[in-house]
Amino acid sequence: MLKINDLSVTVEKKEILHDINMTINTGETHVLFGPNGAGKSTLLMAIMGFPKYKITKGTIFFKDKDITYMSLDERARMGIGMSFQRPPVVRGVKTRDMVAACLKGEGGAEAISKLAERADLQDFLERDINYGFSGGEVKRSELMQLLAQKPELTLLDEPESGVDLVNIALIGEMMNDLLEKNCPIQERQCMGLIITHTGHILDYVNARTGYVMCDGTIGCVGDPHEMLATIREKGYNECIQCYLGRVPLHE
Amino acid sequence: MSKNNTSKTYQDKAKAAANKPAAFGDDIDLNKYTNEVGKYKYQPDPSALPRETKEIMLGAGIMLDDPGQRTGTYLQIDNMPIHHSTTQEGIEVMALSQAIGKYNWLPDYIWKAQAVDADKYTANVELYESDGYFIRALPGQKSVFPVQACLYMAQSKVIQNVHNVIIAEEGSELHIITGCAAGTRDEPGLHIGVSEFFIKKGAKVTFTMIHTWNPEIGVRPRTTTIVEEGGLFLSNYLLMKPVNNLQMYPTAKCVGEKSTVRFNSILVAGKGTNLDVGSRVFLNARESRTEIISRAITVGGNITARGYIEGNAPDIKGHLECRGLILGETGTMYAIPELKGSLPGIDLSHEAAVGKIAEEEVEYLMARGLTKDEATAAIVRGFLRVDIEGLPEQLSSELRKAVEASEKEVM
Repeated sequence: MLKINDLSVTVEKKEILHDINMTINTGETHVLFGPNGAGKSTLLMAIMGFPKYKITKGTIFFKDKDITYMSLDERARMGIGMSFQRPPVVRGVKTRDMVAACLKGEGGAEAISKLAERADLQDFLERDINYGFSGGEVKRSELMQLLAQKPELTLLDEPESGVDLVNIALIGEMMNDLLEKNCPIQERQCMGLIITHTGHILDYVNARTGYVMCDGTIGCVGDPHEMLATIREKGYNECIQCYLGRVPLHE
Repeated sequence: MSKNNTSKTYQDKAKAAANKPAAFGDDIDLNKYTNEVGKYKYQPDPSALPRETKEIMLGAGIMLDDPGQRTGTYLQIDNMPIHHSTTQEGIEVMALSQAIGKYNWLPDYIWKAQAVDADKYTANVELYESDGYFIRALPGQKSVFPVQACLYMAQSKVIQNVHNVIIAEEGSELHIITGCAAGTRDEPGLHIGVSEFFIKKGAKVTFTMIHTWNPEIGVRPRTTTIVEEGGLFLSNYLLMKPVNNLQMYPTAKCVGEKSTVRFNSILVAGKGTNLDVGSRVFLNARESRTEIISRAITVGGNITARGYIEGNAPDIKGHLECRGLILGETGTMYAIPELKGSLPGIDLSHEAAVGKIAEEEVEYLMARGLTKDEATAAIVRGFLRVDIEGLPEQLSSELRKAVEASEKEVM
């Protein structure tokens, strides 16, 4: 379970997230909507534990353990994994090295080849990670690394952005593998938190809880499909109006 | 080297340049060293050398116990050649002094690529006893395995004067590994190495040089390469062990159409190491090409990383990449990439970067579960890993091993 209580986060001394509350039960996948600049990525980065994202208030519990001040790599080793929207190019570090690091020595070369085949990235293993990758290749490579890492909580930042229709089906399948969507609900151990702009990913990944984030807070919780329909029809303005009607504007 | 009559003008020129400081690098007082060196016995079976010596040579890529992996071997201790052999017909490996006796045309090559009066170091090689290797591939001959050459410094406070001539005749292919090493851990000395490469029409030479000196040694290599039409010169230089003061600026001149030169260098400078290392290419013929890649890490030492490409012919193309990492609290990195063009339609570019490891990259790896130290090590290893196009697989893997073996110096 992931439990976030009253979480406030600053980036370079500016408060971006205010009083966030969220609970993801074991086996559940939740979806985050929201306009640009709402703080969606910041929330993911803060859960993952990037040092630039300073928690000033509140707590994060993961698997009943307080991880609020735990380092990035400790969180990763505890079972939190993240797909980067724009991962850096690391010259000289091969895609194969990254997958091997994620596998922590399990399975060897065979496991790596199998994952590359799953992601249709066989020809990318000997290339520098992310160097000259297209949008779709970056996404597939990120998911391939996560499949190797096998996190219990997967954080996905716009997994469908920049991906064409052929690729999106493959990305959807990989996400379902990652989130154990092919397992009976009772047996699922994996949790997911997905940022999506377009909602396309909802056609592939079944999620029951959605949030709309505005101005660094969670404005609304509900059924993601219903939310998406409203957003598609009326844009985020409707959400913002609704939200502003209920909560006082944050300082 | 034997100074015959034809070299009288060289003697005069050298005398005139005996006190001429080099264009780059710190000035070394030659009077602190001696040109009087000891004699060493010829060694017909190099595997019979003392184990310790062989191990030091192995650290510089010279394999003496498994000669099947090499087409030829040349060994020199201080100024004395102690072994030369070759196992492939059409590939010649011998001492330059010996080649001078054998080939009356050799004066056409000696001091023809490298100027004898470039500075006091080149002059010293002409003025005092010197020797070096002569490696030649006859027309159309291709070395199956690399030829290896070791220049080994044994005596303290000595100047090792080296003069090498390498000739790849038309359509031939030569792979050379040169390992330069010091036999002592802390005795001072000065190595001056003149190398003249002649790459004829359609020939290909890969030259991989590994330096393992000691913290008291000064090093002044002086290398010039002439590349004719369609020729290829691929040079790899690896320096990861301490050295007191090393300055070199190997130069290649593309004089034939469609000739290609690539320089790769990997440098690591710990505390007390001072490096001034660059590569310089003159693209003087139509459609000649070059790529210079330099990767330098300072962990307390000082590095000047130079690069120079000059384009003097139509449709030439050159790229220079100079990247430096500063990993220690002290140490400096000075990257000087230079481009010069003298006509329209040429294509020269460079990129240079000096700094620390990008935090974003470290965090990316940490998000996959690596600790900060592991992530940093992986990035440094990647930084030093230069994939060298055109190098035979065996040489690539030996170079990789040499880099990996030296990574400890960095971490």
